[in-house]
Amino acid sequence: MQRTDNRPNGPSGDIAPEVMRRPRQPAHGSDRQSRMRDASAQRLAHGLAWFSISLGLAQIVAPRLISRLVGGNGKYANLIRFYGVRELASGLMIFGQGRRPAAAVWSRVAGDAVDIATLAAAGASPRMNRSGVALATAGVLGVTALDVYCARELSRERVGEAGITMSRSVVVNRPPHELYAFWRTFENFPRFMYHVQSVRTTGPGVSHWVVNGPAGTSVEWDARMTADVPNERISWQTLEGADVESSGSVRFEPRPGNRGTIVRVDLQYRPPGGKAGKLAAMLFNESPEQQIYDDLHRFKQIVETGEVVRSDGSPEGMGDVRQRPGQPSGEASAYGDTAASSSASAD
Amino acid sequence: MKATCWHGKHDMRVENVPDPVIMNQRDAIVRVTATAICGSDLHLYNGFIPTMKKGDIMGHEFMGEVVDVGPDVKNLKVGDRVVVPFAIACGNCLACEAKMYSLCENSNPNAWLAEKIMGHSPAGAFGYSHMLGGFAGGQAEYARVPFADFGALKVPAGMADEQALFLSDVFPTGYMAAEMCDIEPGDTIAVWGCGPVGQFAIASAKMLGAARIIAIDRFADRLAMAASKAGATDTIDYEDRDVFDALKELTGGVGPDACIDAVGMEAHAAHPALFAYDRFKQALMLESDRPIALREAIMACRNGGTVSVIGVYGGFIDKFPMGSFMNRSLTMKTGQCHVQRYMKPLLARIENGEIDPSFIITHRMRLDDAPDGYKMFAKKQDDCLKVVLTP
Repeated sequence: MQRTDNRPNGPSGDIAPEVMRRPRQPAHGSDRQSRMRDASAQRLAHGLAWFSISLGLAQIVAPRLISRLVGGNGKYANLIRFYGVRELASGLMIFGQGRRPAAAVWSRVAGDAVDIATLAAAGASPRMNRSGVALATAGVLGVTALDVYCARELSRERVGEAGITMSRSVVVNRPPHELYAFWRTFENFPRFMYHVQSVRTTGPGVSHWVVNGPAGTSVEWDARMTADVPNERISWQTLEGADVESSGSVRFEPRPGNRGTIVRVDLQYRPPGGKAGKLAAMLFNESPEQQIYDDLHRFKQIVETGEVVRSDGSPEGMGDVRQRPGQPSGEASAYGDTAASSSASAD
Repeated sequence: MKATCWHGKHDMRVENVPDPVIMNQRDAIVRVTATAICGSDLHLYNGFIPTMKKGDIMGHEFMGEVVDVGPDVKNLKVGDRVVVPFAIACGNCLACEAKMYSLCENSNPNAWLAEKIMGHSPAGAFGYSHMLGGFAGGQAEYARVPFADFGALKVPAGMADEQALFLSDVFPTGYMAAEMCDIEPGDTIAVWGCGPVGQFAIASAKMLGAARIIAIDRFADRLAMAASKAGATDTIDYEDRDVFDALKELTGGVGPDACIDAVGMEAHAAHPALFAYDRFKQALMLESDRPIALREAIMACRNGGTVSVIGVYGGFIDKFPMGSFMNRSLTMKTGQCHVQRYMKPLLARIENGEIDPSFIITHRMRLDDAPDGYKMFAKKQDDCLKVVLTP
């Protein structure tokens, strides 16, 4: 998936250059890079977990052997067994914590500190083999470095400064100018964006949005168009003080060989604090990427066929997750919406 | 209205349900005058297709009289007789422009679900699971037809329902199976499965100029129909003879030029152990489909030949003979039929007397008896090949 250029303003067609002063674009890396970092940290965590489990088992089963390996004389078997239980617990906790086992890996770091302290105390004892203790300490320090790295990676703020970013696209069998014209009429949005109740233009490049929240509530905000490149791109951003801070763009790219247009939506949003923010987070939490997918496919259906396609199983059309049985509901023309969808064309 | 509803494996019920209404502006409502049980309905009846819901109305082969049209349907009016293609297509998207109607990009509201299972979604279809849209089917007194302005084909006055009905699916489907073989004069075509689609594949291969058509099945009545009505020149009962050896013998050792798999995911095998192997894996969900006919078709096909797969597959198969397929330069063509592409030319062939598709009908029943029809067709009782239901 290709990333958008994250500049709020294009080279031309800018209508609100002042927003350049407060960009909300990702501070570092793209969504994909971020996911790759997550995946490699997770792999490392699992490696450490297996290490924990095997070392823990060895300490529980053969404490005397372990004692001699680290330069001791086979004593303190119960202490070593106790450490073994701790190792085992850390390892299992990493697997138990799912995709981002940050707390479990930090618990390993704490365990490492205890190990180092123990080895330091042991190194001071005349009955110990000093070179054995030094070797063991070097080993533990190495593992500690890995643990700290892994725990820090896993604790890394997942959403960058820009918040959560996503990107979706669909191919529509119409030239870019028609799709641009349809999209440029913001009042069209509720026809294919089901969570949007209304969009009203309130000033030059400024619009007021009312969006469905959970349990019959609604969230409102004002947004400003930050770029408007005819037939190519429209970008927007919420105004300061909005319940949901977000920015996004839609681009219309003609496919080679006269095969329609790729419509690509990029969206960033930051769930803010406060009650309204929590509400908004819940709103977006119902798989925002699926929501954009559904919106884009309904857009395609409206532009290509005239309206959102409905079935008995999905009376609301694309994205209707309730799935009634595939038989008429008995609701007389509840979804006829003749007035709303009479004009099919984009212009 | 009365409708045949799916309630689970081997559990079809004719129930009273609400009448359909116009939900989209290009809809029509059709009073069903004839509808048929399709071999692919048996995959639903036998519980092999996921994403069915209790209460789903069955049926994708139907025709009838238009009783209501949406405001955007300009080419049909109340009272027109129409036959309806099983695959729902908008006529506007890139797939429809390429005449790949069963891949319409707009007609499946649950495309996301199909994408999870198949990567990309095919078109929506009547009465064929929620993965294909959750559309109510046509084994009912009335049916809603989306994109009726594009899909529904007017039936000429004077043509009987039984002659036109199979334009909805099995006739075009069998025809496409034969067309995918790129038949040249003198070709030998082997057809696995002599159900309705197999019969029409044989009849179509004959229309397209095949010199020799070999029908393969295990039911004497079906083989007899293939020879006497559809136009097969040879028949093989696979419980009687080894198919591979028989095909070699019949073709001087080279194998058929093209092989049609008109069986699909619930194939049977002559050898009980071979069948048990796939049935066992299917039961354990280690494979979803039993590709017994497909494996045979690949092994038997001549070097450089074509394997045309028209039988329905749902998921994943095991022991696909890729080595044979690759090393012998075979070609595979497949797909759900792009019905809208074939309806008019095939209607013309019916009108000029080249073929009368009603030859496949073995049983006529009332809609109320649909559950019996399913049972009879599934168990192949009473030489059942095609059940036509009238409301």
